Amino acid sequence: MKRLLRYAFVAFARDARSGELAVLFGALVVAVAALTAVGFFTSRISQAIRLQAAEVLAADLRLESGRAPADAYVAEARARGLAVARLTSFPSVVYAGPTSQLATVLAADGAYPLRGALRIADVPYGPGRPAIGSPRPGEAWADSRLLARLAVPVGGTLQVGALALRVTAVLDYRPDQGSGLADLAPTVLIAAADLAPSRLLGPGSRATWIVLFAGPADAVAAFEAWLRPRKSAAERLVDAGESSEQMKSATERSGRFLNLAALVTVMLAAVAVAMAARRYASRRLDLVALLKSLGASQGFVLGVTAIELALVALAGAAVGTLLGFGAETGLAWLVRSLLKGVLPAPSLTPAWLGLGTAIIMLAGFALPPLLELRRVPPARVLRHDLAPPPLRYGAPYVAAALALALLLYALVRDPRLVGYAVGGLAVSALVLGVAGLGLVRATGALRGGAGLAWRYGLANVARRGRESVVQVVAVGLSLTVLLLLAIVRNDLLDEWQRSLPAGAPNHFLINIPPAEADSLRAYLVQHGVAEPVLSPWVRARLVSVNGQPMQARMPKSDRGRAFAEREQNLSWSATLPPDNRVVDGAWWTSPDAAHPQVSVATEFQEELGLKVGDQLGFDVAGESVVATIANVRKVRWDGFRPNFFLLFAPGVLDASTGTYMTSVHLDAAQRPALAGLVREHPSVTVVDVESLLAEVRSIMDRAAVAVEYVFGFTLVAGLAVLFAAIQSTRDERRYESAILRTLGASRRTVLYGVAAEFTALGLLSGVLAASAASAIGWLVATRLFGLHYSFDPVVWLGGMCGGALLVGVAGTLATRSVVETSPALSLREG
Amino acid sequence: MQVLESRQVVREVSSPEGTLTIVADVSFGVERGESLAIVGPSGSGKSTLLAMLAGLDLPTRGTVLLNGVDLSTLDEDGRARLRAGHVGFVFQSFHLVPALTALENVMLPLELAGSERATERAREALERVGLAPRARHYPRQLSGGEQQRVAIARALVARPDVLFADEPTGNLDSVTGARIADLLFDLNREFGTTLVLVTHEIALARRCGRMLTLDAGRLVADTRVAA
Repeated sequence: MKRLLRYAFVAFARDARSGELAVLFGALVVAVAALTAVGFFTSRISQAIRLQAAEVLAADLRLESGRAPADAYVAEARARGLAVARLTSFPSVVYAGPTSQLATVLAADGAYPLRGALRIADVPYGPGRPAIGSPRPGEAWADSRLLARLAVPVGGTLQVGALALRVTAVLDYRPDQGSGLADLAPTVLIAAADLAPSRLLGPGSRATWIVLFAGPADAVAAFEAWLRPRKSAAERLVDAGESSEQMKSATERSGRFLNLAALVTVMLAAVAVAMAARRYASRRLDLVALLKSLGASQGFVLGVTAIELALVALAGAAVGTLLGFGAETGLAWLVRSLLKGVLPAPSLTPAWLGLGTAIIMLAGFALPPLLELRRVPPARVLRHDLAPPPLRYGAPYVAAALALALLLYALVRDPRLVGYAVGGLAVSALVLGVAGLGLVRATGALRGGAGLAWRYGLANVARRGRESVVQVVAVGLSLTVLLLLAIVRNDLLDEWQRSLPAGAPNHFLINIPPAEADSLRAYLVQHGVAEPVLSPWVRARLVSVNGQPMQARMPKSDRGRAFAEREQNLSWSATLPPDNRVVDGAWWTSPDAAHPQVSVATEFQEELGLKVGDQLGFDVAGESVVATIANVRKVRWDGFRPNFFLLFAPGVLDASTGTYMTSVHLDAAQRPALAGLVREHPSVTVVDVESLLAEVRSIMDRAAVAVEYVFGFTLVAGLAVLFAAIQSTRDERRYESAILRTLGASRRTVLYGVAAEFTALGLLSGVLAASAASAIGWLVATRLFGLHYSFDPVVWLGGMCGGALLVGVAGTLATRSVVETSPALSLREG
Repeated sequence: MQVLESRQVVREVSSPEGTLTIVADVSFGVERGESLAIVGPSGSGKSTLLAMLAGLDLPTRGTVLLNGVDLSTLDEDGRARLRAGHVGFVFQSFHLVPALTALENVMLPLELAGSERATERAREALERVGLAPRARHYPRQLSGGEQQRVAIARALVARPDVLFADEPTGNLDSVTGARIADLLFDLNREFGTTLVLVTHEIALARRCGRMLTLDAGRLVADTRVAA
């Protein structure tokens, strides 16, 4: 054992010194560096995104209830080191002299908000600035709508219950204002200490008690796990992940972009490791034969190989992790303005992950060809043509791919994404292999009419058969991923950002009485706002499904209960609204009012377990309406247009319509017009989602920068595969070129032949890669991100020309030194 | 006492054209300390026979005895152990490990056999072939003749019973080749090693005490050469 270890260490040192391990080690370092950098960065970015999403809740975790929640919750949270804030929210009529207005009174303690910050202004609809603290006892901060309606200036007095409070600021923004359209009345924020003296809340009063919690992610998650089973059904717990549809959608997508990049990088690096290991193994055939002839046993050969690999894994993991740390630091510096001071968690997890990756990659993809070395016949020292029986990688590679898939799952925890990425790459490899075999054979037949260099080059592609197919698959995979990278980066990110253009709606106008619809439209147009489309808006409660009352089929999740118990916003439409896509059933073409039809959003359908054809019974202002589910819609909630979980066909609810709603874009210069609008249309409620919009945009920008950077690693991994593929036939090429030059071929002829061979390989791989990338791009866009995808001829052109050029030039350059080695030297070294 | 014996050894390989017989029914014995040359034209089966004698390959039929041990009764590891203790090799293309220095190359068989004082003994062996000053050089920094001298030092460092040499001068010019041959025979005499040499150079073969001639896999002559 001691002897084995000693020899393995010496052999490792020698191999490392002589550069024998360079490609294998390089591929491993790329994989580990990419994985750890992405691991570190993804966790940091998702932490930043989570914090940003948490702003919408003003906390990491929010508990809402119709009764004051138990003090035990607060005590437990404090014991776990979490910050706690309490809020009480209730409707009340607020007076200013003789005028009155229904308002939402929000009584907050000094800790509110735990995430995000309040913004205040000096005049209604004036420019906001960050607030310091919150209203003190005796003070009130009221929002622009309330002050505009009551015509109270800052410094004036509002009568809130038994208290006369001085308005010390206009409440311009509070982080949790956009978490839904439920709070329709304008808000007045007062100090929690004023709640009792106001005498507004007595026994039985209708109010919402809210407790906010915030702290380190682990502690919050642990507390949430503790609280969830203990809270009563009437208490609603919301975490940052489910804060708002818009935020959720944006956060999920950005996370997926990053994870996709990480997955693809690791898989490509695995291909590079496998390629490099094949070459390493083939280069060791002679050495192993020599060692065996000198008396080394199979166990010795195996042991040395295993120990050397373990040392490579350790060294690769160490260097890769260090590089990963460095790259992550660079990345964090690049996007430092977006990270808002989120510090990296000083955790060793990514380092362990890096070591795990290195071991799995080497054990899975490098060990199988190296294990075959034990079967090298020792007589190879005398007869160089003796080789071990053909290598069979099938089973070990499948096992390794599974292990890698598990590792990737542990990293991203998104089975669908891992499934698509691993499955996509496996299917691509298979298709590339089969198509490559056909093309390689066809190439041999094509060489007839070409010149010497081409004939030699094309003949080589055909003659190397198996090696050529392996090269086509490897190069094809890396080109597929690089093309996919181009598609995802440009098309998907553009498409996503286009969905939220600069003029995206930033204000919702709701409660528009039908009689005022025209005048409101005219008012907006007169103030330079694009003519809005008004959606009818009906409030209704779901009472039954297929005749079964809702009480009998109450869903378990909080969200499902909310759908089942609360009043829902309904609308109707003849056409499928933008941002909506039918995923099941069909959109109505000529609806029949006698047979009411309804379309449900996927969230509603999933939470309540509905399907097309189910009968939904509604209570619409006391009237019973039963409608059949005609279709299920996937809604893009981050489009900032009025969207509904429930849409009826026209003709059913027309008579029940109470009001209309719309969304408009108002720039800073147009905002003051809102004061006039609210005065002219006192019943219309304006909801400002500008800040929410800004948050979603910032997540998108952040994701775009991060994805581009992470894709940098993918690019390096792709190039590593390319390099490993080119290297794989280098030794053979060296010998062939020596023979050709000995026979009188000029260096140029040999080089042209090599260039022809690589160009042909690149062209083949490029055509196949373009097909694979387009197919995967389409799948990823439509299935994973819910975006429209159009096939782009540039991808094909890029694949073909790029493949031929990239592989041709890189291959020729990498092989040039081989061609230029003196033939005598090459032949002597065999 | 015979250190090596070949009994009706046959080696066949399958090819698309059917079964090919590379070595056909070859029998002979080699006494301890004897020097034997195997000669014959290209493709006559010399190297294949050498591979079987050294236990690098097994005969399809027949028996090879090395130090009285039937090689076909041993598995590959058993044969490797036997080689490590009793056999040395010199090859036409030297087969030095490019990543190892001259000294490390010579140490290799000692390390594999787990011998003591490997460095010291390897250094002595290099001194014996006149290459002590080049101990730290890598094979690519050595001439062909020097590389073959390192290979001879490596072959003899473990004091093997039998030294197998496959065209040891085949890759060298005639002057260097002659010097290498001198060294090989001198050391062989000095250590009392049995030498089995495959060559197509009659002059070299004549320096051995005995010459076997192969033709198309058959042993056609077994000649004692007068010293």
